[in-house]
Amino acid sequence: MSSVMKTAIPRTADPLLIDGVEYQSRLLVGTGKYKDMDETRAAIEASGAEIITVAIRRTNIGQHAGEPNLLDVLPPDRYTYLPNTAGCYSAEDAVRTCRLARELLDGHNLVKLEVLGDEKTLFPDITQTLEAAGTLINDGFKVMVYTNDDPIIAKRLEEMGCVAVMPLAAPIGSGLGIRNPYNILTIVENASVPILVDAGVGCASDAAIAMELGCGGVLMNTAIAGAQNPVLMASAMKKAIEAGRESFLAGRIPRKRFASASSPLDGTFFG
Amino acid sequence: MELIINGNPEQLPEGINAAELIERMGLANERLAMEVNREIVPRSSFATHIFTAGDHIEIVRAIGGGSVTPR
Repeated sequence: MSSVMKTAIPRTADPLLIDGVEYQSRLLVGTGKYKDMDETRAAIEASGAEIITVAIRRTNIGQHAGEPNLLDVLPPDRYTYLPNTAGCYSAEDAVRTCRLARELLDGHNLVKLEVLGDEKTLFPDITQTLEAAGTLINDGFKVMVYTNDDPIIAKRLEEMGCVAVMPLAAPIGSGLGIRNPYNILTIVENASVPILVDAGVGCASDAAIAMELGCGGVLMNTAIAGAQNPVLMASAMKKAIEAGRESFLAGRIPRKRFASASSPLDGTFFG
Repeated sequence: MELIINGNPEQLPEGINAAELIERMGLANERLAMEVNREIVPRSSFATHIFTAGDHIEIVRAIGGGSVTPR
């Protein structure tokens, strides 16, 4: 009997490229809403994420006394920090937040721009987003921008010089999944910068679907932090992102209405 | 003199500089950033930046956050 040799599937390097920097993980995660710093660290580690979003807030709020600092738990030399303008409702506040973040992080200029329009939907305010993006790009920032799933606006943000465009899949924190896959597909097909789904993912299959549409990655927070077991969900999301990416690269079979046999029809010994 | 620090009016001695304020607030070893009247004051200038009465000072740090809005 001949020996059976298992060969590893040759995998070519497939990094996510943002503004010329390579990232091995296509899962980007937020660091909010966790029970405590231990859970934050464990979930972020299980996710395998290299890029993590942080919020910029006044020193007198947002942290319990005696709790370790986020920058000690998730050291900036190990993770790429992505300061987030979440909570900003005007271009001016978003620009101020990014400038403070750059000062805080020693000149680090990669930011996530998010200008919200409304507290109920947390949908982006596109006119303010465009204004802030222009100001930030002129000021030397590398802008990853949260937007709605409008292909026209997504292309405009790319043309302005945003280094990644991040359409929502569904409202922030809603867990409703990819509500408009055809728009996401159109945005991906039109783009020459990475398109990352940002917001709306609820479970691992949602993340896989985003990747199968050809997205460069997915940014999520609530789907992991709000799960009953956040560390396990972080691990599930890591696998879903990898599976979805491989499925996209492999190229799926076409959908057909009727069956097609997968065993040869010749050489049957019965009838 | 009165300074508005993170939205709260506070009484501070005349001539206090940014480094002294940070020290008084117990934040000397924290990684933070400061904005005075909407302009960034670099950390390298803290020791020489002297406040004037009525200055609006924001002192911020990085905390956990994502596509959610801790307010």
